Amino acid sequence: MTKIVESAAQAVANIDDGSTILIGGFGNAGQPMELIGALLEGGAKNLTIVNNNAGQADEGLALLIKERRVDKIICSFPRQSDSWHFDEAYRAGEIELELVPQGNLAERLRAAGAGIGAFFSPTGYGTMLAEGKETREINGRNYVLEYPIHGDVALIKAFKADEKGNLLYRKTARNFGPMMATAAKQTIVQVEEILPTGSLDPENIVTPSIYTDVMVAIETESSALAAREQGAKN
Amino acid sequence: MLRDERVDRNTLAEIVAGDIEPGSFVNLGIGQPTLVSNYLTAEHDVTLHTENGMLGMGRAAEEDEIDGDLINAGKIPVTETPGAAFFHQADSFAIMRGGHLDVCVLGAFQVSATGDLANWHTGAPDAIPAVGGAMDLAIGAKQVYVMMNLFTRDGEIKLVPEATYPLTGVGCVSRLYTDHGIFELSESGTVTVKGLFGLTFEQLQSKSDIEFVDATGN
Repeated sequence: MTKIVESAAQAVANIDDGSTILIGGFGNAGQPMELIGALLEGGAKNLTIVNNNAGQADEGLALLIKERRVDKIICSFPRQSDSWHFDEAYRAGEIELELVPQGNLAERLRAAGAGIGAFFSPTGYGTMLAEGKETREINGRNYVLEYPIHGDVALIKAFKADEKGNLLYRKTARNFGPMMATAAKQTIVQVEEILPTGSLDPENIVTPSIYTDVMVAIETESSALAAREQGAKN
Repeated sequence: MLRDERVDRNTLAEIVAGDIEPGSFVNLGIGQPTLVSNYLTAEHDVTLHTENGMLGMGRAAEEDEIDGDLINAGKIPVTETPGAAFFHQADSFAIMRGGHLDVCVLGAFQVSATGDLANWHTGAPDAIPAVGGAMDLAIGAKQVYVMMNLFTRDGEIKLVPEATYPLTGVGCVSRLYTDHGIFELSESGTVTVKGLFGLTFEQLQSKSDIEFVDATGN
């Protein structure tokens, strides 16, 4: 059953200190800014965060890192021109970094959600990111054993939902959302608009409702962008 | 291919674009490889893949086309072309790892004679490491082309017998396009020189311990 709540604060109210939180987004596209803001307000600390990046500028994930709520981050690309809060925490030795090639990050999340115990990936073989990991040659190609990444909580941003919790995403803001929704014990979704059940074409559903635990409707710039696009087509 | 002068980045991008088969599915890395898209014409009918979840990526977005939900791997707003498709990251990297992309074009710090690629980390102790999709791209596409300057600012050749920088992928680069020449690489370590720009074969050979094969006349 998907629970629909009225505010981002209610949506994240049950997140414990020390949780592993999967946060959707690639850069700012698909990053659930309002849920992260509520998490910050709520005071949860000693978190392990899984995201592609390590926050940008002075919003979203970057602020969680700035406030030292994050003990460890698992990501593929922490270094950006505007990732100053991560840079500072990292150089001060105040955040642990597990660097994962982007495709392995996505697949490790997918594996977690799909009940796969581990998998052999060709990515990273022979590099320092595979040091100490089990390898195997299969049909003449070399692979590295990679384990799933499970979350206690996933925070994701979708575009449209129905009341049952079926989700659609928008453009490249989809990114890690669908895998993360499957890989956490509790999936919390912020969505632009919640429509009556039956409003979405079942053929088009990206994340089926079974994965959605808590949902809150929050209109963001995505709605305005979609409306502008619709206007341009008409 | 012989030219008297070293080629600039745009000319090199045009050369790379000319070597991409019509109808190919292609991923262009951040930086210099992005320039290749300027020389892909309608006749090329190339479909661009971006690892953050899209096939059919169009040019960079301008002014009121800018949409924060439609960005490329460099987080630059882009446009979509007719027939574009969006998918999640696991599907996007399955497209790479599964060997479905025809070509990817990447930048590099160093490339070795056997096609090892180093492009993600300088190895400097104070550098913050960041890999993104580089390792997946390096081993994923059917053909991996690299674009870079042949020499460092200090005049060191970046096509080396063995890479000294941390590797991105082993034996993955098939062709190297540089301002001073074009090289075909093989896992056996045979480096065939397909083009030279502003450099003679003898001058090139004098700068490296690799035994080059001269195919510039072909």
